[in-house]
Amino acid sequence: MNKPLLEVRGLTKSFGALLASDSVDLEVREGETHAVIGPNGAGKTTLIAQLAGNLRPDKGRVRFAGEDVTALSAPARSRRGFARSFQITSIYSEFTALENVMLAVQAHTGHSFRFWRPAREEAALRSPAHAILEEVGLGERSDVLAANLAHGEQRALEIATALATRPRLMLLDEPVAGMGAEETRRMIAFLSTLKGHKTIILVEHDMDAVFSLADRISVLVYGRIIATGTPQEIRANAEVRRAYLGEEVQA
Amino acid sequence: MNRRTAILLAGFLLLATVPLFAALFGQPFYVDLFRRVMIFAIAALSLNLILGYGGMVSFGHAAYLGVGAYAVGVLAHYGVHNGYLQWALAIAASALVALVIGAVSIRTSGIYFIMITLAFTQMLYYLGISIEEFGGDDGMRLEVKSQFSGLIDLNNGNAFYYLVLAILVLVALLGHRLVNSRFGMVIRAARSNEARTRAIGFSPYPYRLAAFVIAGAVCGLAGALLVNHTAYLTPEFMNWTRSGELMFMVILGGMATTAGPVLGALALLLVEDALSGWTQHWQIILGPLLVLSVLFFRRGLAGLLFGKDE
Repeated sequence: MNKPLLEVRGLTKSFGALLASDSVDLEVREGETHAVIGPNGAGKTTLIAQLAGNLRPDKGRVRFAGEDVTALSAPARSRRGFARSFQITSIYSEFTALENVMLAVQAHTGHSFRFWRPAREEAALRSPAHAILEEVGLGERSDVLAANLAHGEQRALEIATALATRPRLMLLDEPVAGMGAEETRRMIAFLSTLKGHKTIILVEHDMDAVFSLADRISVLVYGRIIATGTPQEIRANAEVRRAYLGEEVQA
Repeated sequence: MNRRTAILLAGFLLLATVPLFAALFGQPFYVDLFRRVMIFAIAALSLNLILGYGGMVSFGHAAYLGVGAYAVGVLAHYGVHNGYLQWALAIAASALVALVIGAVSIRTSGIYFIMITLAFTQMLYYLGISIEEFGGDDGMRLEVKSQFSGLIDLNNGNAFYYLVLAILVLVALLGHRLVNSRFGMVIRAARSNEARTRAIGFSPYPYRLAAFVIAGAVCGLAGALLVNHTAYLTPEFMNWTRSGELMFMVILGGMATTAGPVLGALALLLVEDALSGWTQHWQIILGPLLVLSVLFFRRGLAGLLFGKDE
């Protein structure tokens, strides 16, 4: 087995008396889609925030591709290949869909202390951004202001933005949150096209999404990972069923 | 050429005809008035870069007007009248002051940012008051205007007017290029959504600081123009009310637009001029006018003039 791309050891974060991450250990292999599930308040978003560099852990280490990235900021991690989508849609609402994605491309192509040439006209930014919008199904919507996109389209735009940074690891925080059934189906179908060539950590409440996408699942309860395994193993795990899954799996 | 560019061009052409009409009607006062408007328009354009596009509510932008003016005044005080030297110092000194103020204040945001920029400017204001050598709170006269070795004579009102107009057009053009460049997109992105900007790999700090320094340098140039225009300088150039006026020009004219700060400077100074000829309590009228315009013209005067495309 090759070395894991992401290696988390003893990650601990508390907010006052609340222990949001309780010595979390996590290994994510290259190319794997690794779902993190758990009841509300289990600390999933806190975990993602620490992995993305938005939140400093109290204790523990995060290693990425052999490098200790625990002390690195979010932008520094992005440059090493982390990309994050947020639970609450985070886009540039006053820019068009294309400009949203172009900015992400720009952040990873050359430097941005350039003051003269209009960024909008740079082919090196436009064409990759266009291609990615096509990929996520927003090709026709590239000139629409992000604020005027439908909710599902905005979620897709956020995934496109993440992809545009050419990430090695995508941290997706509830990508189908608030979506209708049809939109959810389309998003799952799109994310499954990434399987294998992108490494993904997927936090999701939607069990259809989790069980159709995940290679492995970790279950987080009260800040602790109580089990990690294949979807079959997680379904069969008695402790997981008691703590969280309940009837949803039997259905 | 789109409608917006056409209106902008027409506006600058109109400004170019002011000295002709002033001569025609024997009212040289208007050359003075519009030169003053344009100098403040340059200052407001520089503030717009950080306030409108960068989302940095600097409540101390008058500091750079003051630093630019003092750079010229102090050199002249010691007998250095070379304009190139004076204006270069005005730009360099205000850039340096902006670098120091920006380096500290940009680490904060929101109300803290506003208070820190205000505090720094008030420090400079009291520094100006305390230096007796340069006239203390009375300030000092600029006996000799900046000398450009025969190239242009600032004592010639019209020549000075066209120089200011040329600088205004240049600053507007460069500003327009800048906010649409890669650099401009980063500072606008950081204003629009900082978390997203960091997540895609930009650290906003160096870009914001660079924008802050550019804005300070341009405003320092406006200060050098202003001291030549008024032929005296006082610490009042740096008073916090002056910073407030610059903010009003940007907000009234339309934030994050090229024409907005120019329109804002025009409107504020012309209304001020008209009202002050009528009553000395003109600020009582100007205040509510500003409140109303902020309430009803969300996109400022530029929004009224250009519709939605700016």
